[in-house]
This record gives sequence, structure tokens and C-alpha cells, in this order.
Amino acid sequence: MAALKRFPLWSWFWLLFAAAYFLLPLYATLEFSLQTGAHSYGLGWYGTIIHDPEFRHSLLFSLRLALETVALSLVLMIPTVYGIHLWLPSARPVVEFISVLPFVVPPIALAVGVIGLFQGVPWFISSTQLLALLYVIQALPFTYRALDAGMSALDLHTLSDAAKSVGASWPKTLWHVVLPNLRTAVLAASFLTIAIVLGEYTISSLLLFNTFAVYIQHIGRTEAYSAAALAILSFGFTWVAMLAIFVLTRGRASRRPIAMVR
Amino acid sequence: MASSSGASTEVDEAPAGIGIMSTRLRRRRLLRWLIVAPFFAYVTGFLLIPTGEVVLQAFRTQSGSFSFSGMHLLTEPQTVSAFEQTIKLSLITAVAGGLLGLFVAQATLSRGIPGWLRPVLTTFSGVASNFAGVPLAFAFIATIGSTGVITLWFKHLGLDLYGHGFTVYGLTGLSLTYIYFQFPLMILIILPALEGVRREWREAATSVGATPLQFWRFVGFPLLLPSILGAVVLLFGNAFSAYATPYALTSGYINLVPVLIGEFLNGDLASEPQLGSALAFGMIVVIGFAVLIYALLQRRTAKWLR
Repeated sequence: MAALKRFPLWSWFWLLFAAAYFLLPLYATLEFSLQTGAHSYGLGWYGTIIHDPEFRHSLLFSLRLALETVALSLVLMIPTVYGIHLWLPSARPVVEFISVLPFVVPPIALAVGVIGLFQGVPWFISSTQLLALLYVIQALPFTYRALDAGMSALDLHTLSDAAKSVGASWPKTLWHVVLPNLRTAVLAASFLTIAIVLGEYTISSLLLFNTFAVYIQHIGRTEAYSAAALAILSFGFTWVAMLAIFVLTRGRASRRPIAMVR
Repeated sequence: MASSSGASTEVDEAPAGIGIMSTRLRRRRLLRWLIVAPFFAYVTGFLLIPTGEVVLQAFRTQSGSFSFSGMHLLTEPQTVSAFEQTIKLSLITAVAGGLLGLFVAQATLSRGIPGWLRPVLTTFSGVASNFAGVPLAFAFIATIGSTGVITLWFKHLGLDLYGHGFTVYGLTGLSLTYIYFQFPLMILIILPALEGVRREWREAATSVGATPLQFWRFVGFPLLLPSILGAVVLLFGNAFSAYATPYALTSGYINLVPVLIGEFLNGDLASEPQLGSALAFGMIVVIGFAVLIYALLQRRTAKWLR
């Protein structure tokens, strides 16, 4: 029994099982995407995709949306979290409560409400800005959490008193003192936002926008092999974003933002 | 909000001699509220009002008068079965994904497992829990679809999955697909809680003669139970609101609540918006209930692990 305990058999079993669950679908998708004939393999499907102008359009559109969402989220949330930490601790539970609401109201329900509300305002409901505005809401839970954790780790009162004593106004303090200290939290939340916006399908498809995920779905209807190639590319994007978060938050797992928007 | 009114009475009660001071103070207080005003305006416009619209529309007819016709939809057989299926799928994948995630997370912490595996696992989990929606659906079609790679492997081994009634488009296939993002999410949520089971507790239990099994049975597991249940509730909500994955996987041919709502919206938009709203309202009620449980459990855990 003692000899058995030294080799953690069950632990290895679960780890290998998890690895298989994670890697098998990826392997299968990769193989699928490389099949160009009954027994021939090649990059043909990737070539087809890259030369499809819709691929570039939709990917660039989603990237632009992602950057807009990140910018808007930060502009909205940094002063808010700074404000509640420094001056309005009584507002903190309220903001915290609101920031988990997007989890209670699923994206599809939000889309229903937005369509019902703005049905009579066609220019607004068909403007791409609306999409970014709604993605900010989707990103709210983890943007808030990341900034809140980041600012909790700082001694904000001492920092801002010190800045004030040398004559800095609060916007200056925020920009030159607080933000540089929040770099990790801000960047980690931003990469997660980018990963999520790049994969977002629910709201964009219901509001009839051709985002990257809508494009993949469209291709998948007719072209299973191209769709597999797109899934691999899309996986690569997620991978890059997560790797960036990992490198940024190395050794501080508690600072890592977690998303739950499907 | 309560303390702001408290603060302003404090200023009002100040002696008249420092009136100028109190005006300045009041102005500063106002400025401080102004810094969070954009946030409240934003969430009101793009979250609270649209949610309110869902609720209102669920109880309205097309002409705008109050009605329970939307609620009647919630009692129709197709809707009831959609809610049943969605809840079933969410429960299965939350429990199965939750257990798998729990075992894997605990495995990385056990003695004899190299330390570098943990960061690798969390990064992988971050990728897998975010690799959801449309691409994931196509990945699983390539894996266990009718011509999927694993389906063909099984065929070579003489086992015809599809001949035995299995399909990636059914509840089993959907469950397998959902678990792909559920169990890594569980790992991300539960790992910090598992790391919080302090070595001193273990040593204390061992020093009074407890076996590892006894430690988990009487100390570790009861301590972790609220976190585990809370995490499972989060996984439930995560699966319950999924739309892209089931839609892309089945092309909309599965009776799940989000897919049903999508059908109402994609069809004739203006036809009967209150029906989509009634379903969305039902979803909010179910998830709201789940989150309420989560919040209660969370409060209990926080007390323990401080």
C-alpha cells in the first residue's frame, strides 16, 4: 500500500484523461482540415479560406469590434473602479452586483431586449457601434473583477495622497500613478475581451452582423472541411490571447480573469 | 447610496460659520459621484432597460396592453420540453464537467506530480474554456460527427457508433461538446479553493491519526463543499445560456430554450416579439435562481476560508 501511494496512479489517470479530452478533438479537427482527398493531405482548405475576401472582412470587423470594446470598457470602468475604491466605498456593493448581472441575463436575452427596445430605431440597431456597446456589457464581469483585484492590491489612498502632495490632480494621478501599476490587470482583462469578442456569435448573428463567428457558421453550413480549418485558426487566436494572459500574470493565478460568456 | 444621504446631512448640520467650506465639500462630493455616473448611465441604458424590456414585453400583447399570453407560451408542451431538455443538459454537463474538473485539479496538487504541470494546466484550461461556440461545434463535428475522425477509428475497430443510435447532434453529443468547455472552467474556478485547503489542517488531521481518506471525508470535503456546489451552479448557468454551440452543432434542430428564442428572433421579427421575451424571461428566472443559490453558498465559503 505504501509503495502504491508513492506513485499517484489516479492523479496521472485524471491528468491523462483531461489531456486526451482536450487534445483529441483538436487532433481530429486538424486532420479533418488537412484532408484534401481520400488519402491526400495538404493546406488546400486553408488556402481557400485565406483567399476568401469574406474571411478577411469578417476577421478585421471582429478585430475592430474587439479593440473598440476594450477601449470603451477601460474608459468606462477604470474611473469607476478608481472612484469607488477611493471615495465611494458605499457604492462598491452596488457596482459589484451590477457587474455580475450580465451572467444572470444571458446574451440571447439581452439581444431580445435590445431588439424589442430599438426596433423602431433602424439606424441604431443596424449600426456596428451598438455591437461594441453590448460587448462592453458582456465583458463587464471580468473587466470589473480584474480592475477591482488590481486596485485592491495597491495602496490607493497612500498613492493618491502622495501624488496630491506634489500637486497632481486626480486625473493625473490616475494616469501617471495608478494606471502603470495596473498594467497587468488591464492587459489580462483586455486579452480576454479580445478572445471573447472574436468568438462572439449570439448577439452578432441575431442583430444580423457578419462577424468572424457568423462567417464560420456560414461556411460550416456548406463546407465542413473549410469550417474545420477555420476552427483551427480560431483556436490559434484564443491560444495566443490566453498565452499572453498567462505570461502577463505569471505566478499570480488569482489575478487571472475568468470568462463565462457562451 | 445610503451613506451619501448620510454624508450630506452631516454637511447640512455643520455650523453656519463654515458655510463656504460646506459648499465646497458638497461640490466635491457631487464631483465624486459624477465619476461613477457614466457607469450607472451606461448599465442602465444597455443592461437594465433592455432587461426590463424583456420582462415588460413578456407580459404585453402586441398592442401594448397587459396580458398573460406570453406566460401561456411557457406552459405549452414544446416550451416545457425545451426547458426540461436545457435544464437536463445543463445539469448533466455541470455535474460531469464539475466532477472531472475537480478530480483533475486535485490531481495536479497531489504529491509526486511535477509542479510545472499546474501552470500548463491552467493555461490549457483558459484556452479550452474560451474555445466555445461555433468553432467548438465544428471541431466536434470533425471529431465525433458521422464522418468524424474518432467515429472512423471506432468503425475500424468494428464499432459503428452511428449504427447504434449515437449522434453528435443529440443530447449525448451535445453533452460531450459542452463538457469540453465545462471541465476546464471548473479547474479554473476550483483550483484556488483547493489550494486554500491548508497544509496545517492536513498535518493536524494526520497527527491525530486520520488517514487521507478520513481527512477528506471529515475535513477537506465538508470545507470545500460550498465552493464545489457554487462552482457547479456557475457551470449550470454557463451551459444553460449557451446558444452558439448548440445552434452551430445542430443547425438549430434541437429543442433548447436559447435555440427556440433564436428561432423566434430569426423568423418574422415583428410577428410575436412577446413570445421570445417570455422565453428569455423564463431563462432569466432560472439563472437568477441558480445565482441566488451561488451567492448564498459563496457567503458560507468565505467565512470558512478566511
